Amino acid sequence: MSETSLAGQVPAAATHGAETGAMAPHDLPLFELLDVEKRFTITRPTGFLKREKRSLAALDGVRLTVRRGASIALVGESGSGKSTLLRVLLGLAEPSDGKALYCGQPVNEMRARDRDFARSVAMIYQDARASLDPRMTVKALIAEPLMHFGLCGRDEVDDRVRALLARVGLPGDIAARYPAALSGGQVRRVAIARALASEPTVLIADEAVSGLDVSTQAQLLNLLRRLKREMGLTLLFITHDLGVASYLCEEIAIMYLGRIVETGPTGAVLSAPAHPYSLALRRAAPEFFAPITDPLEGEIPSPLDLPKGCRFATRCAFVEEDCRADEPVLAPIARGRSVACRHPLHEAERSAFSSGVPSPAPPDRPATGGAELSA
Amino acid sequence: MAVTDMSLDPSVVPAENTKNAARKPRRRSVFLRRPFFSLALLVALGFVLCAVFAPFIAPYDPTAQSIEAMMQPPGGEHLLGTDSFGKDILSRIIFGARYALTIGIVAVLIGAGGGLVLGVAAGLSAGWLEWALMRLIDSILALPSLILAIAVIAILGQGVDKVILAVGISLIGPFSRTVRSDVLQVKAQLFIEAAHLMSIPRLTVIRRHILPNVFFPLLVQITVRISEAILVSSSLSFLGIGVSPPTPDWGLMIAEGRGFVSFAPWMSGMPGMALAILLVALAIVGDAVREEFDPKLKRAQ
Repeated sequence: MSETSLAGQVPAAATHGAETGAMAPHDLPLFELLDVEKRFTITRPTGFLKREKRSLAALDGVRLTVRRGASIALVGESGSGKSTLLRVLLGLAEPSDGKALYCGQPVNEMRARDRDFARSVAMIYQDARASLDPRMTVKALIAEPLMHFGLCGRDEVDDRVRALLARVGLPGDIAARYPAALSGGQVRRVAIARALASEPTVLIADEAVSGLDVSTQAQLLNLLRRLKREMGLTLLFITHDLGVASYLCEEIAIMYLGRIVETGPTGAVLSAPAHPYSLALRRAAPEFFAPITDPLEGEIPSPLDLPKGCRFATRCAFVEEDCRADEPVLAPIARGRSVACRHPLHEAERSAFSSGVPSPAPPDRPATGGAELSA
Repeated sequence: MAVTDMSLDPSVVPAENTKNAARKPRRRSVFLRRPFFSLALLVALGFVLCAVFAPFIAPYDPTAQSIEAMMQPPGGEHLLGTDSFGKDILSRIIFGARYALTIGIVAVLIGAGGGLVLGVAAGLSAGWLEWALMRLIDSILALPSLILAIAVIAILGQGVDKVILAVGISLIGPFSRTVRSDVLQVKAQLFIEAAHLMSIPRLTVIRRHILPNVFFPLLVQITVRISEAILVSSSLSFLGIGVSPPTPDWGLMIAEGRGFVSFAPWMSGMPGMALAILLVALAIVGDAVREEFDPKLKRAQ
């Protein structure tokens, strides 16, 4: 994800349009998040009749670029802000600060302007069953986007629905049924078919295969991979399963407490994680015939009282004094790879994880450049 | 997640699944699965038939008085006895079914219509409008339906049409409360957000996704509340402020027999029994309808 680092060099979002004006529109990244922040205000009682208003940052300076045709996995614990990031991308939530751009235009404006954004960005929900109206048949559900976006005439609907069902590997006679009569795997397929009905260019999937049995999961993963290849879809896949991420996506972005802490090609990041959190996630994934060596200790801290300095410092196995001083920013460490850590891991540290006394930071790290980059 | 494409070709397995599902034996009919429902439905239908064909079924004119046949006990010429004016109780019960069912059904429809409008508006609006609507619903709910109906009767005066209106208005409160909670529940569902994500206009979302999901629970509510409407209307008649005598209304008949209950218990007992049987039958039918048509309960079976 080389653009991730490029985005950091754009000084201000306002000049963005002028700078990219020379580019052909299809060279623009599909989605661009520039230091996006999303804050929620919460009130909590602090005593009798006393309330305190505090703001909670669900997203805190997220920078992400989605190229056309890319496939990106967003990985992170519960509460790391994945779903909020998704809502910002889809234009369902407005960022409190920073910019969310779609083809160089703010997402909210694109959504408000016409149906084109809604048509080209499709969403598969984690809870597929709840995302389908229980009073509509499968045919009506899939026909809804077809008719809404005017993609086919009334007489073609039957054929199109049939073709879409076939595409996700469902028989045509399922069209007359209601979602309640379908199995979990079938419902997911229907949700995928419905998402594909609008002929999208971007497919955003929120835990689209979690909670299914292994063989169904495998079928759906194969299906998504095939669709990505055949239809040239851009895929943004939210998951907490590293295996799923590595199977489906070429790039990975690891989130922790509202920030992206590491990005890069999936293979490189997972085989040689540079951020201690990525390493911890990698270690926490169960493998065949092996005990989980180093489960990540403790809970994710509350975003209400963030630890000072690096937000992972409280749980980090490699924590050093200067980690608690101020916050590291996402900075490039190798081709296409960026990490937000003051002391990125080296091979020696990774292998000696449990005993490791980490070596000092490499001198070429931009350790103080963070002030103007971070939000 | 190393999976070969061949062994798990996505097009193979679900096709087999659905074939199996299609071969699954059909569910047994509702009437066999729910014998009490069938019985209750038969009873309720019996009342409906009595109401529709009352002039052909009833052995006597319900308002004809006869001095020779005063307060005869059940049996003999008058199957359920006669009242203090010598009117045939069976005929009056049969004609009374007309009033009970008409008042019950029309009043519930008025209540459901008003409740649907108020509830949907309150569920979808925001800000001061929602506040105003909710206070309106609260004020209707603050009074028990019987008290509210009495208040409306006091304004409108007596008569069958007035009773219908009074009972209907008194039911708007409970209906709008359930409709509003249904709307709020549906509004928060993921498929509404999904529709919003597709940029489907708000009014279309309401018409296509919210209303159908609110309407079916409302139908169930209607069947359940018919009995409540009949009970309230009978109570009004019993209190002497509903329909005016000599209309053959059950509540009125119970009230008329009240003074003679120690030596002619059938005068109040027979219409009371008719009322009880109809209400129990309607309640059973309503419960069964709710269990059959609620998609959540259905999935659990």
